[in-house]
Amino acid sequence: MKSFFMQAVLLAYLSPLPLLAAEKSAPGIEELWKIIQQQQAEIEALKRQQRDTSVQVEATDAKAEAAVVAVEESTTSNGTEPGWVNKMTIGGYGELHYNNINNDGVADKNEIDFHRFVLFFGYEFTDKMRFYSELELEHAFAGDGKPGEVELEQAYIEYDIRDNLQTRGGLFLMPVGILNETHEPNTFYGVERNDVENIIVPSTWWEAGGGLNGYYDNGISWDLALTSGLAIPTTGDNAFRVRSGRQKVAEAVANDFAYTGRLKYTGIRGLELAGTLNYQSDASQVSGDGLDSGLLFETHAIWQTGPFQLRALYAGWDFDGAAVKAADADRQSGWYIEPSIRPWQQLGFYARYEDLDGARSRDRFSQWEVGANYWPIEDVVLKADFRDRSVDDVDPDAESVDFTAFDLGIGYQF
Amino acid sequence: MLFCTAFFATRTENMLPRILLLILMLLASSPLMADAGYPSPEEFLGESFAGATPTPGVVWLQGDIQQVSSGILGHAYPGLRLRYWGAGTRTAWILEEVGKTKPITVGLVVNGSELEKIQVLAFRESRGWEVRYPFFTDQFIGIGLAADRQLNRSIDGISGATLSVRALKKLARLALYLHTRTPYSDDPAP
Repeated sequence: MKSFFMQAVLLAYLSPLPLLAAEKSAPGIEELWKIIQQQQAEIEALKRQQRDTSVQVEATDAKAEAAVVAVEESTTSNGTEPGWVNKMTIGGYGELHYNNINNDGVADKNEIDFHRFVLFFGYEFTDKMRFYSELELEHAFAGDGKPGEVELEQAYIEYDIRDNLQTRGGLFLMPVGILNETHEPNTFYGVERNDVENIIVPSTWWEAGGGLNGYYDNGISWDLALTSGLAIPTTGDNAFRVRSGRQKVAEAVANDFAYTGRLKYTGIRGLELAGTLNYQSDASQVSGDGLDSGLLFETHAIWQTGPFQLRALYAGWDFDGAAVKAADADRQSGWYIEPSIRPWQQLGFYARYEDLDGARSRDRFSQWEVGANYWPIEDVVLKADFRDRSVDDVDPDAESVDFTAFDLGIGYQF
Repeated sequence: MLFCTAFFATRTENMLPRILLLILMLLASSPLMADAGYPSPEEFLGESFAGATPTPGVVWLQGDIQQVSSGILGHAYPGLRLRYWGAGTRTAWILEEVGKTKPITVGLVVNGSELEKIQVLAFRESRGWEVRYPFFTDQFIGIGLAADRQLNRSIDGISGATLSVRALKKLARLALYLHTRTPYSDDPAP
């Protein structure tokens, strides 16, 4: 009873204590005002801090922007004047060939050859004036008694008179044919270049002089060139052979210059039509030797639609002179037609028929060729083809023989 | 002057080449040789947005965007970011890619999932000039990307201008892909 009474008294005494405690901690109005003022000061300090942070962020953004702009200007064409290195261009192409030629033993050939190793060097003096060159090593090893040759195939200065009108001076490729100016191995079918352009045009053909070229927005373009000319021999095994007349601007005889004009039309998508005339008043550079003027007419068409492409070309020389007529070499010509299909980006197939009437008996033949190109990437090509040649007149002593050939090739450009 | 001097100074009895060369000389001096020039980037954007060129946005070339862009071009695009101009479902881009030796500057407009416009703004090489003109570039209109990010139809090339054609094809693919990485795409990439 007594303990119960004590508990009750204790309970009655203790129960108001939280209320009494709460009444004691509740701030008064003055204290509340102080708290509010402190908090307001903290808010103002935070606002100032936020403003300072914003300013810093803006400054950081500006610095980052400046850094990005500096990086971009150093790596793009819209930056400041490019340095020496950025004005240089280097490129090249090359071809390795394997030829297995079979004509029942008379002139069989089983050969592997790094046919061409080419380097391009260019330099841009200004936006309008540039230098371009091409240096080639053929057949891997040049020197006395060696099969190779080192040749300067291009070295010229080009100047933009206007956006669509240019002039060039120096050593350059003649504006004729399909392959003469564009012959990187990944751009054509067949391990070897076609014989019509090789023997008749004769690709690759370069001369020295001056040229002018222009184009219109309707797809018409034109070329004019005044250059050194051929010096076609009139005696020996290669008499009247056009390809043997290439002087390659190596201490070239310049008694007679050559005039070249080309018209080309590419105004319809996938279509190219072109015609070239080349004239030289004395194709041998020697008067009175029975070979006088020479006129080349070349025309070609390229048509591409979807995976299909068709190429056709004709080239013919007309020579004046008693000796060339007597040798039945006053009319030399050739033509070819080449349909192809590229059903996949990486694989294409072709067939080609060509017919030639050149100066030598071995250059008078017809030939069928079929093959394929495989491009693992656009700039690399693997090639395989089969050729079947029939000469007009079989003459083993003159190396004029029928043959079949199987060829493999690797080519690249960069 | 050089051609005229040589043309008439050399003795020859064959008139055909003289006539042809005379025709070509007349072509060279014709007023038709006046070139319309290139539109500036500002003019290209103004025409593309009917005079109301929007404020440019930026795509940062990092992460998967950098990876995919490099896969399309075969190399990293120079720069840390690319500007674009967008409105509605359209974006406009001004991109560069090297043809044979020099960069080609191209303006492109993507609408939805198709290329609406492509225009060469600067062509700096002596060969491949055909890619400047509508008779070549018109075939890009309406083109889109296939699942493998290749163009969804073939482009007819130009003999002797393989590298210039390739550059334009790459830039078309790049613009179509980058469009999907902007808020203006119908189907933005995740």
